[in-house]
Amino acid sequence: MAHTAAPHGGHGHNDHGHHDDHHDHESIKILGFWMFLITDVILFGTLFATFSVLHNSTNGGPTPHEIFEMPGVIAETFILLTSSFTSGVAVLQMHKGNKKGLIGWLIITALLGASFIYLEVSEFIAMVHEGVTIGTSAYWSAFFTLVGTHGLHVSVGLIWMVALMIQIGKRGITPVTKRKVSIISLYWHFLDVVWIFVLTVVYLMGVM
Amino acid sequence: MANPNTHGHGHDEHESHGSLKSYVIGFVLSIVLTILPLVVVLNDMMDRTPTLIFILIMAILQFVVQLFFFMHLREEKKPRYNVMALIFGIVILITVVAGSIWIMAYNQVG
Repeated sequence: MAHTAAPHGGHGHNDHGHHDDHHDHESIKILGFWMFLITDVILFGTLFATFSVLHNSTNGGPTPHEIFEMPGVIAETFILLTSSFTSGVAVLQMHKGNKKGLIGWLIITALLGASFIYLEVSEFIAMVHEGVTIGTSAYWSAFFTLVGTHGLHVSVGLIWMVALMIQIGKRGITPVTKRKVSIISLYWHFLDVVWIFVLTVVYLMGVM
Repeated sequence: MANPNTHGHGHDEHESHGSLKSYVIGFVLSIVLTILPLVVVLNDMMDRTPTLIFILIMAILQFVVQLFFFMHLREEKKPRYNVMALIFGIVILITVVAGSIWIMAYNQVG
């Protein structure tokens, strides 16, 4: 448990010196999370492949060009991008041993994530009112599956983040909560990367 | 607080968790790499094929920026199993996406 004291002194400097079992155990869990992210890359890859194959299959119905409202999508993009940055700042605060800063930046990240989900759900509801649903055509089935799967990931991340903030509030910054924050921050950056490809492949190519 | 670069172990120059500077650089680059394709597409500045290539390159660059500046890919301890797994994942990703598009593009012929 040598690390519980480390955040207050020279933060992180000792990390390289002590290779106690606990530390190695936590770093293996971070590696395990990388493995999960890579399986998620493949999951999204199959959805992107499906979407790309079906990008003209609108069955004579509404086309993306008629339906997409770019201002909302652009807002979603910058909100998620900013939240990726703020989750990184939260990790920096954690390594300084600043528990309040860590929780504060996690709250900002979660609020940005919630705004993203709010905008996306509003976008989906507006689409349904315009007569576009997951059953309209192969194109829209692929669209709602791909974009919805990303939205679901963000929603799960939000619940996870709130639970983690409660745990940090109770236990403080320990090697275990440190590892958990590192992992959720990786997850959050990953979702931002996926969104960039959604923006490019779905929305930008859709309105071209 | 001491300068992180002066510690004696010397096997890596940076802290393994990045600095505010690297996050800010990554954030600014990400914003630029997001605005450029938006401007090009929304103003119809290029023909279809150059636009497609341009926006895909911007997305891939942004992926690289986030991997290095936010996810600290280079700062992992060796051996970097996560990098190896990531490369493997990307190979599968490209195979699935490009393979599907390729096969289905010729599917109409019958």
